[in-house]
Amino acid sequence: MDAGEALLLLLLIPGAAMLLTILVPSRHANVVRWIALITTTATLIDSIWIFAVYDFAQGGYQFDLQYPWIENIGFLGENGISLHLAVDGIAAPMVLLNGLVGFAGVLVSWKITHRVKDFFILFMALFTGVYGVYIGQDLFFWFFAYELAVLPMYLLIVIWGSTNKEYGAMKLTMVLVGGSVLIFVGIFAVFAEAGAGTFDMAVLRDIEFGRGFANTFFPFFMIGCGVLAGLFPFHTWSPDGHVAAPTAVSMLHAGVLMKLGAFGIIRLGMEILPAGTDFWMPVLLVLGGVAAVYGAISAIHQTDLKFVIGYSSVSHMGFVLMGLGTMNNIGVNGAVLQMFSHGVMTALFFAMVGGLYDQAHTRDIRVFGGLVRKMPLFVIFFGIAGLTSLGLPGLSGFVAEFHIFVGTIDTFPLFAALGILSAALTAIYVLRLMGRAALGPFNPRWENLKDLSRWEIAAAIVLIAPIIAMGIWPDPFIDRIAPTVAELPNIDQIGGLFTLSSLTGR
Amino acid sequence: MDLEYQLIIPEFVMAGLAVVIIAAALAFRNVDQKWFGYATAVGLAIIAIVTAVAYWNTNDDFGTVLAVDHFTVLFRVFFLGIAFFTVLAAVQFAGDRLKNHAEFYGLIVFATLGMMLLAASRELLTAYLSLELLSFSFYILVGFNKLNPFSNEGSLKYMLLGAFSSALMLYGISLIYGVTGTTTYSAIGPDVVEGTRNIAAQLASFAGGSGGVDPDGARPGLLIGLVLITAGLGFKVSAVPFHQWTPDAYQGAPLPITAFLSAGGKAAAFAFFLRLFSEAFLPAAAEWVWFVAILAAVTMIVGNLMALQQTNFKRLMAYSSISQVGYLLVGIVALDAANITQSQDAASALVLHLIGYVTTNIAVFAAIIAFYNRTGRDDIVDLRGLAERQPFLAFAIAAALFSLAGMPLFAGFATKFIIFQAAFNNGFLWLGAIGVTASFVSLYYYLMVIKQMYLYEPEGSDRERFHVSRPLAGALVVLVAGVLFIGLYPTPLFDVIHSSTEGLFEQAAAMSAAVVGQ
Repeated sequence: MDAGEALLLLLLIPGAAMLLTILVPSRHANVVRWIALITTTATLIDSIWIFAVYDFAQGGYQFDLQYPWIENIGFLGENGISLHLAVDGIAAPMVLLNGLVGFAGVLVSWKITHRVKDFFILFMALFTGVYGVYIGQDLFFWFFAYELAVLPMYLLIVIWGSTNKEYGAMKLTMVLVGGSVLIFVGIFAVFAEAGAGTFDMAVLRDIEFGRGFANTFFPFFMIGCGVLAGLFPFHTWSPDGHVAAPTAVSMLHAGVLMKLGAFGIIRLGMEILPAGTDFWMPVLLVLGGVAAVYGAISAIHQTDLKFVIGYSSVSHMGFVLMGLGTMNNIGVNGAVLQMFSHGVMTALFFAMVGGLYDQAHTRDIRVFGGLVRKMPLFVIFFGIAGLTSLGLPGLSGFVAEFHIFVGTIDTFPLFAALGILSAALTAIYVLRLMGRAALGPFNPRWENLKDLSRWEIAAAIVLIAPIIAMGIWPDPFIDRIAPTVAELPNIDQIGGLFTLSSLTGR
Repeated sequence: MDLEYQLIIPEFVMAGLAVVIIAAALAFRNVDQKWFGYATAVGLAIIAIVTAVAYWNTNDDFGTVLAVDHFTVLFRVFFLGIAFFTVLAAVQFAGDRLKNHAEFYGLIVFATLGMMLLAASRELLTAYLSLELLSFSFYILVGFNKLNPFSNEGSLKYMLLGAFSSALMLYGISLIYGVTGTTTYSAIGPDVVEGTRNIAAQLASFAGGSGGVDPDGARPGLLIGLVLITAGLGFKVSAVPFHQWTPDAYQGAPLPITAFLSAGGKAAAFAFFLRLFSEAFLPAAAEWVWFVAILAAVTMIVGNLMALQQTNFKRLMAYSSISQVGYLLVGIVALDAANITQSQDAASALVLHLIGYVTTNIAVFAAIIAFYNRTGRDDIVDLRGLAERQPFLAFAIAAALFSLAGMPLFAGFATKFIIFQAAFNNGFLWLGAIGVTASFVSLYYYLMVIKQMYLYEPEGSDRERFHVSRPLAGALVVLVAGVLFIGLYPTPLFDVIHSSTEGLFEQAAAMSAAVVGQ
């Protein structure tokens, strides 16, 4: 498969939309909205196409595309810095995830009226940056895209956010950029150590770095990227940032951006410095396990809806990091599945909370009650997200977490128990939330609430479809992810165990 | 000796331009003063274009004192460009708030002339004189707003400390002359090698306790001379701990002069720094690299930490420019006597970062000048709601500040990436790490400015939208486009720079070839 232009389009379409939006006079808010919707529709179609066409029988990197960018200057040799794009079986679902969440994000942002033009310009910058990280195959470009994805968050939160937004925005930006300082130093070290005069990951992957070097610089990538994935103890920016951010930004942020962190650990850490995994991955697993339990316990204590979901994100990203930490094929497979599953699920969560908050102007769980009477659709969709979150079989969360626990039992049984415990804790806060806010006695204060708007319903459907699809038929995902994961360096193969894909005879 | 005067025609024309502008003001008293500004700008542009076209392929020496090579020509055009944009940005400002316009523009031209000569100098005294021409013009320009006490204070501080640093540098030059018997870079180079060998031998003999000291061989004077010259240069580029004059001079100076000082003044001093250290002192790199490295580290750390607590925009930019000096010094540290390719990469990286920084900084100041023309205020909080009142200015400032913080899309990202990489390649991992961390800290105070512009509503009595004068707006568009271009595709610029830095290392290359030949 060699249609790399499809990947280029993922960058060009939103990039062009950004420029086009700049040219539209700011009084034509609807023009801006429609440009954004058409753009994200186009990228969604492109993303689906890439996901569908990715040839899993062949595996490996596909859609390879490379243009020279900055080369043969100074210390840079041939293809020193290039626009090198490709996807593997891990990136393909992530591309699809970004397409889905971006599309849904535009739908729920339809009701934004304050400085619409600026909002969508920044939104598109962030959206492009995220795609760049998933498909970039050059460290310079990768880092460029990573920063591009992080930076607009500051303005997006500070202008359109709520609840303590200045604090949340600054904290988020400083912590994330602080993490990227580590990545930056790590990239330099890798470049200098390799001495190949290129930032091309395809070249760097083939270079064997010594164990001492890898052990020294692996944590630069693990912590630098891990910060974005809510790695304990650097996770506190995440709930604050989520709460402060406007709905669509929370969606992209928890849904897609946090996955960049876990993705970065795979791309930079596991693929380029495999010699460092022996020492560091158990550490990651422990920290992930702590985050899973700690996030769940914190979520139980919260009264603000968004804080509940923010801490729940920390907890679920803890599962992802645990899965990566197992370093066996099933655990890592589960981590990638969880990245996708949590991405759509949490986006759905935030979309629903946004729909409620815009009418009620509060997110305090204690004042709600019996919302099902006024907002049945809201309760249904919110419930689906909640049930996915607690791992109900038949929904995507179950598939992902099951893989992670199976993988963890094999290597660290104790932590598997811890993980299952935190899944149980998840059930507590999700069910309590549902019981209090959605069901329970009706609070007459909410007499005037209306159900979701059609834009929000559309967004919810777009997000629920993959949750159910993955829950009952995970094969399209596992088919793509499993062979790629199996080819990662240093991965233990635990084939004898029961796996979901073995159920269907593949 | 036949001197080829045609090599330095641009310098003569510049001197002529300055005199003509000042004289014209005496002749035409009734002309609107802004025309002197536009005439200066046009003159500078013509000289820049003609210089670029006529001299690009020249590679010659004027006696032993000036070199007219690619490096000189690149910097000639660069300085003329800086002066051009400064003058363009200054016209409305000067018309509203200054007197004696023709002298103002004439002094800017004289300062530019000093910069051009400084970049071309290959002899210590010529360099010193050029530096003084530059500095004296700046002393007057900083105090140009003579009814403003801040302007007087800044000018006085700048002049006293500047005189002090000149004395340090002169003393260093005299020591170098005493040890080597020459002041031309090309002759110092080989002697420095000899000198460092002797220092090494001396130290070895001390350590051995044999006491056999060769009276001709001992040359610690060379080392002291190097330290003094570096300290003097440290004052001129405002490296910590020689930076104290900077915030006051920046705050006191009229805004266009602050821009010119932070862009042109720094660029000229670094052109001198680079040529001196690569042509004359490169062989002794092992002797000086450690203290330049410490200077760079301290400058980056202190500059950024001090910037965190500023409330005045000009002072903020002063500390921000100090921290940028730290990044530029990293490029000097990355020079490597043993590896000419590495040295040239480092020199090119430094010049690239310099050009990126200067473009960005002029963009910031041009935008602030436009803002100041309307409001007459320059505290950070005064920028509140600028995004509502003048979105283009707010965007230009935000883009330029992101560039200074080294964020992607903008010049700062690519140029810092390349300059830190040069340090990493020379084994200065810790210095690069400090640099990256320092620019991370800098993001905080740049964001504080951006927050004022975008988060808050306009305050005070004047909340209307306003227009930016056309020449200034045009200059801003060009500058912001330049910042984006360098950030996204630095290759063509780097190629030009790389061909210009080649000449700096010819002698070092020949010498190392000779060593290999032995």
